[in-house]
Order: sequence, then structure tokens, then C-alpha cells
Amino acid sequence: MDTEMGEAEHAMLHFVTPGETVTADTVFMRGHGTYNDGEELVATVAGVVERINKLISVKPLRARFSGEIGDVVVGRISEVTQKRWRVNMGARQDAALLLAAVNLPGGELRRRSESDELQMRQLLSEGDMISAEIQGFFQDGSASLHTRSLKYGKLRSGSLVTVPSSLVKRSKAHFLHYTLSPGLHVDVILGMNGFVWVSKGSKDANKKGDVPNSTQEDADALYANVNEPITNEERMAIARVSNCILAIAKESELITEAFILLVHEASLRIDCKDIVANSKQIIDAAKMSY
Amino acid sequence: MKSDVVSPEGFRCDGRRPNELRRFNCDMGTASGGYAGSGADGAAYVEQGNTRCLVLVFGPKEPSMRSAVLHDRATLSVEFNIASFSSGERKTKLRKDKRLLEMASIIKSTFESVILMSSFPRSEITIQIQILQFDGGSLHTAVNATTLALMNAGIPMEDYVVACSAGFGNGHPILDVNYTEEGMDVPVISLGITPRSGKVILLNLESRLHLDEFEKVVTLARDGCTQMHEILDTAVRSSAEALAR
Repeated sequence: MDTEMGEAEHAMLHFVTPGETVTADTVFMRGHGTYNDGEELVATVAGVVERINKLISVKPLRARFSGEIGDVVVGRISEVTQKRWRVNMGARQDAALLLAAVNLPGGELRRRSESDELQMRQLLSEGDMISAEIQGFFQDGSASLHTRSLKYGKLRSGSLVTVPSSLVKRSKAHFLHYTLSPGLHVDVILGMNGFVWVSKGSKDANKKGDVPNSTQEDADALYANVNEPITNEERMAIARVSNCILAIAKESELITEAFILLVHEASLRIDCKDIVANSKQIIDAAKMSY
Repeated sequence: MKSDVVSPEGFRCDGRRPNELRRFNCDMGTASGGYAGSGADGAAYVEQGNTRCLVLVFGPKEPSMRSAVLHDRATLSVEFNIASFSSGERKTKLRKDKRLLEMASIIKSTFESVILMSSFPRSEITIQIQILQFDGGSLHTAVNATTLALMNAGIPMEDYVVACSAGFGNGHPILDVNYTEEGMDVPVISLGITPRSGKVILLNLESRLHLDEFEKVVTLARDGCTQMHEILDTAVRSSAEALAR
């Protein structure tokens, strides 16, 4: 996707490998995935050359997740330290979730006291899954998260699916809600980091993504450790959607709201456990129905 | 009677000419299939003749040990392992085999100079190397496979690292020495270069080689490295094409 077609008409996709000269023209600036060797701009990764005006960068085909501010991510608490949780989100370093960046039970606005610090493990302890948003970055490149909206927070009643982060595109909706059949709902949180949370859906479809009324119970329920009761059908639905997402990832297709639904429909005639093994067939069928 | 390393007709024991590489075959695990189950960020499987090697790359990730954190760059850790079923005789591996540790440290220092470590402060890159079948030249096979695996993981490097071995037997410098030839008292050097700059970043010789022959052998190994660079580059491009399709 070149911004200017003028000079780059020769190749839509310019693939380079490490040590290969991208350009010997000195007017260009060095971006990610390149370095200067004298006059020449040389690639450091195997990937596709991207040019934005005078900035040249090389994007590797696969790489670890490196987020941007505002990205919705799903992560796992790896450590509880003073005033912050460390969150593993499949990036180069663990992200930090500051105590000051979460909603505490009992009212939005109140001072964080020392007793809150001592009770941090009651809120989120090691191994808990959370959804959060990237708030910013520290000097060393590690991310700082926040869960200040009620749509973020502890995750339960569902299962985690990990896919390559490159398959999740940044979009308006990362909190997805599917009504698979009347009364059967599944929620999906598409983390930009490739962690996808598939869970029992909220009954009320139009509540999707909205911030529920902030009441005392809601805030307390935010950190509850118990799953909601899940029926067998719901379990099967969660498993099927999870396997559909894995099948999409196996075929290296983008994971989008619409495509998950199409793949789910295409998968219905196949046993849930065979979905990933028959991924090619299902994805092809889903693409046909586009 | 001791047979010659290179026969009077100019052939070696496996039918190669002195300046021929062994058959090369590789597979870079794609993002979704292949070695994804291992949870690795990058993987490569390489065959050079009958030597087979699998490399997994993890990271850059949060260091598993606090002590491994460096504030200005990433830490690299290399595990080198030869499978007990890899050679003719089954060996039970000792926990701390000095040879394996040395191989790991050679590979570590080779790649530390090429990977742009300073782009990933406070993180860790782990390379796991497994020799699945042993037929000589495990060091250079491992280096080539590691290059591919690092590229597969999207870790920035200044250049390829390509390696090749060469030896000297009855008057001929020979390229890409196999296990049988290693056993014929052939002195073997392993050479690793970065093809863009042509710099030698790995040179390993474990036996004695006459200085008069040294240059010939190194030149041959360099030739082999240049050939290897073309082979690896083709492999990387075709695997990228397969992914784009």
C-alpha cells in the first residue's frame, strides 16, 4: 500500500532480507527495520518495505506485539508488586497496570490509600486474565495499561485463544457480541496483542460495549472470582467460536467481526473438535459466502 | 588400509567433488502451522546432508530471571543440544556436557554481534538448538538454522550469518565435511561470515592445520558461505512468498 505510486510503480510488494540495500538514495529517512550503512539504507528484518513520504521502514512478516496507545489488549497478571500489577500480554516486556489506573470497588473517585496497596492481590492476583487499554509507554518501551472504563477489567466465564497479533486488525469494535441462535450469546474480546477472550455472552445484546451504570454492585462484581453458571449449549458455543478463531489463524486470515460469524456458520456441519483439523475447507467455504 | 579422503578420481567418500556442498533443505515454520504448538516466535528446520537441526527462537520477551535484565539491551541465551538418538550409537547425555556448552557459547557470541540487541532493552531472546541427526558439521548447520529462525521471528539483524565448514585431506581442501571425513583425521574449520560486509565473525578450528594450507581452506569455506547465502536467501524469499499467497 504505497502512499505515492510515482516511484514505486515497479513493485507493490518490495520484499527485502537482512543486509539487503533498500535504497542508496540519501533523501530517505531511516524507519523501523532498517539501519544506515554509510550512504545506504539497509534492511534488518525479512519483510516488506513500507514508505510514508520520506520515511522508509521494513515490516517483518511476524513479530512480537508492540502496541499503540488506545489498543484494547487481553493479558494475564504475572506479578503483583508495589502499586502496580505486571501484565503479560505477549509483548517484548510485561506491561504495567498501575493501582491508580484501575477502578476500585466502592465508587469511582476516591484516594488510593495504603490499605488499597495491601489488598491489591484481592482484586487481581497472579494468573488472572484482564482486558485493558494501553494508556501510554514508559521510557524503556514497556506499556502502561488502564482499566478505568467498566468494559475493561477481570475476565471470567470464558476461554482464552491466542493467535498471531498480526492477524488482529485495529478497528472500532474489539468487544464483539454474537447471538448465535435465539438465547445463545457469545462475547468475544479481540485483543490487539493476539489474545482473544471468548466468553459467555451477556443476555442483553444492545448492552454490547456500552458502559453499564456504575453502581456499587457492578464495581464489586468487577473483581469477582466466580464464573457465571454456564449451560452445556453455551459451553459448546464458546468452544466452537474458539475453534473457529483458531481455524482462521491457522489459515492466516484476518480475524474480524464479520468473518468469525461467517466461519462459525460454515463450521456448523462439522463436529466442534474437528474444526481446526478441517480449517482449510471451512475457511474456503466461509470465503465463498462473502 | 586407510582410504583417501579424496580418491584419485577426485571424488569423496559420499560421491561429492572436493568443492561441493551437501544437499540443503529447510523449512521455516509459518506463523500458524508448523511449530506454532511450541509457542515459539520463530522456528527453522534445516538439513545439510544427513545433519538435521531444529531451532526455536523465543522472544524478545520478559526475562525469566531478574538477574538477566540488562537496562540498555536484550540478553541472549542459547541452549544447544544433541539428541541422544542423533548418531549411530545411543548416548545418554550428561547434564553438563562441556562440548555442548561451548557450542552454545560460540553461537551466542556469534549472534550477539549481529542481532540489534539495543532495540530491546530489558528483554530476553532465547535460542534453542536441537541437533536431530548428526553427520558432521553440526556447528555450521546450527548457525545457518539459527539465522533462519531469527529471521522467522522478525528479530532485527544487521545481516545474515552464514556458516560453512572446510577441511584438508590428502592434498585437497574439501568443503562441508561430513562425519565420515571428520573421522579420517581431517582438520576442519568452521567459518561464519556476514555476507554484506564480508566480515568473518566465526572461525573455529579444533585440530592442527598447516599454515600453508590455511588460506586455501579458508578461501574454500568462504566460497561455501557465499553459496550458502544464496541458498538461504532463496529459502527465505520462497517461504515469504508462500505466506503471501
